[in-house]
Amino acid sequence: MDEKITEKIDDLTKEDELEILKKMCYIRDFEKELIKAFNNNCVHTPIYLSIGQEAISATISRFFKPDLIFGQHRGHSTYLAFGGDKVKIIDELLGMETGCCCGRGGSPPVQDENIGMVGHHGLIGENVPLAVGAALGDKSKKIYCVFGDGAAEEDYVFTSIGFALTHKLPVLFICEDNDLSILTKKCDRRNWELSDALKGIGMPSVDISDDPAEISHYINKFKDNLPAFINIRTCRHHWHTGVGVDNVPEQDRLELFKNKLINEGKRININEICENVNKEVKLLWQERLEKQ
Amino acid sequence: MARTLGETIREIIRIHLEENNGIIMGQCLSAVGWVNNTIPDTKNIVELCMTDVAGGGIAAGAAIVGRRPILVLRFQDFVFLNSSMLVNFAAKRKDIFQKSCPVFIRSLATEGPGVGPVHSGVFHNIFMHMPGFRVVAPMTPLEYEKIWKEFMENDDPMYVSEHRISFNQTEEMKNIIHDDSKITIYGISSARLNVLEAYEILKNQGIKCNVIHLCNLKPLILTDEVLKPLIKTKLGMVVDPCFEICGASESVAYNLMKKTKMFVCALGAEDRSVGASVKYLNTTPATSKIVDKVKKLVGEKEGK
Repeated sequence: MDEKITEKIDDLTKEDELEILKKMCYIRDFEKELIKAFNNNCVHTPIYLSIGQEAISATISRFFKPDLIFGQHRGHSTYLAFGGDKVKIIDELLGMETGCCCGRGGSPPVQDENIGMVGHHGLIGENVPLAVGAALGDKSKKIYCVFGDGAAEEDYVFTSIGFALTHKLPVLFICEDNDLSILTKKCDRRNWELSDALKGIGMPSVDISDDPAEISHYINKFKDNLPAFINIRTCRHHWHTGVGVDNVPEQDRLELFKNKLINEGKRININEICENVNKEVKLLWQERLEKQ
Repeated sequence: MARTLGETIREIIRIHLEENNGIIMGQCLSAVGWVNNTIPDTKNIVELCMTDVAGGGIAAGAAIVGRRPILVLRFQDFVFLNSSMLVNFAAKRKDIFQKSCPVFIRSLATEGPGVGPVHSGVFHNIFMHMPGFRVVAPMTPLEYEKIWKEFMENDDPMYVSEHRISFNQTEEMKNIIHDDSKITIYGISSARLNVLEAYEILKNQGIKCNVIHLCNLKPLILTDEVLKPLIKTKLGMVVDPCFEICGASESVAYNLMKKTKMFVCALGAEDRSVGASVKYLNTTPATSKIVDKVKKLVGEKEGK
C-alpha cells in the first residue's frame, strides 16, 4: 500500500453506517433477483454482477456527490448506489423499451441523466479518457470515474489520469480491484500497482480495503482536492460475466459489515433493516417481470 | 484576394473558439506551422499529450459536456490508434444511449516522396463503414463552410477527410456536364484535382467526360445532379485516394451502379504498402492513370 495505515480508522456515524448498509443490501438483493430472472430466461443479455463489491459504491455515494459519473461495465452497483432509477434499470435488463437505454444497452451501459451517469459502452477503461475529456470541457463539474484492475492496465487509462493531473481536473478515480481480469489473477498479469505508478507522477493515491470505514476516510480526505486515485481491494463473487460461481468467496464484505453493526449492539435491529430492503427489492422485480 | 481553404478553416475555428466556447485539441497544434497555418493562436486550444489511444476519448468526453470539440489528427494514419472511443462511443452514443456526442474530427492527409508508409494514408472509407458518422472530404472554401454548418446544425460526429494539397485552393470546383460525354467521372478528395487535369487531357484527345465532385461521402446523397449524367453516359468511374480494395471508390461505385444499373468502375490506391522513395509511391491515382483508365473503359464500351 502507498500509505501505511497504522491506526484503526472509523469516522462513520451510526447514520452513515445504516445508510451504507441499506445500499449494500439493496445492491445485493437486486442482483440476486437478477440472477433468478436470468436463470428463468427472462434476461437475454450478458450480465456483469457487482455482488461482493457493494461496499465501494455504497460508501462513496454517501460522501461524494459528483456532477457526472463514468461507471464501468460492471456498473449496477454504481447506478443503484448513486440513486439511479430503480425501475428503469430492471426494464433495461429485461430488454424493455422503458429501460434506461430503451432496452438497447443491457447490463454494461446502464445510465441515468438525473444522477449524471454516463453509460459505459463495454470496452474496459475507455470511460477514463471520456471522464477526463468531460472534466476538461467543463472544469466546474466534479466527476466520479470508476474502473477495474484489468482496465487499469489499458494504456489509455494511465495516460488519461496523467493528463487529468497535468490540467488539475476534478476527477475522483476509483479502481475496484477484485484481483481478477476474467479469471486471470493480477500477479500473473503485472508486477506493479497503479497506485504506486500514479504516486510516482505526483497523483494523490492510496491502496485500501473495501471496509466502508476506510473508504469513507479517504473519500473525505481527497474529495475536495481532486484529482485523486483510490485503489480499493474487493472480492467479486461471481464470474466476470454471467451468474456462475467457481469457489466460495474469500470474503463477503456485506456479511462482515452487517456483523460489525450487530456486534456493536445498538438498539437498532440490523436484520430487520436488511429484510425490509429485501422485501422492497423482491416486490419491485416482481412488478417489472409481470410487465415484461 | 480570394480566401484560401486553409484561411477559411482557420477563420471557422477562430470563431468557434472565441465566440462559441468551442475547444480544439490535438498533438503539437501550436508547433511548427500551426497545422499548416489552419489553427489560430487564440484561446481554448488544448495540447494533448502524445496519447494517440486516449485522444479520441478525451475529445468525446468534451463533446458530452457540450463543447463541440475539434480533434485534429495531423496524419490520417494515426486514426487507427485514435479511433476506438470515436467509433465505439461517440458514433454509437445516439443509438445505444439516445444522446449525442458531436466531435469534429479533422483528419489530415498528405502524400509525396519521403512521406512514407505511415504518414501518407487516406482513410475516410473506414469511417464510412461505421454507423453513426457523417463523412466528408471538402476541398474548397465554400465546401468547408457548408460541412461546418452541417456539423453545427446536427449532432453526429463528423469525420472530415482533409488533404494538405487543398489548403491553398481558392476556387470552387463546379461539376462539368456535356451532352456528348463518353463517361462520368466522380472525384473524391485529392483525386478531384487529378480528375480535372485528366479531363483537360482527354478533352484535347477528343474524349469528353462529365466530372462530378463528391464532398459528402456519408450519407451519400445521390441526387439527380449526381445520377443523371451517369444514366446518360451509361459508364462511370469513381476516383479516390483511399486504397481501392474495400475503399470509398468501390463503395460509391457500387451505390451508383445499384441506383442506375449502369457500369461504374472504381479507381483508388493500389493494394500494397507505400514506400518512402519515389518508385514506391502509392497514393492518389495519378492523372496519367486516370487518363489511361478512361480510354480503356471508353474503348471497351465502344467495342474498340
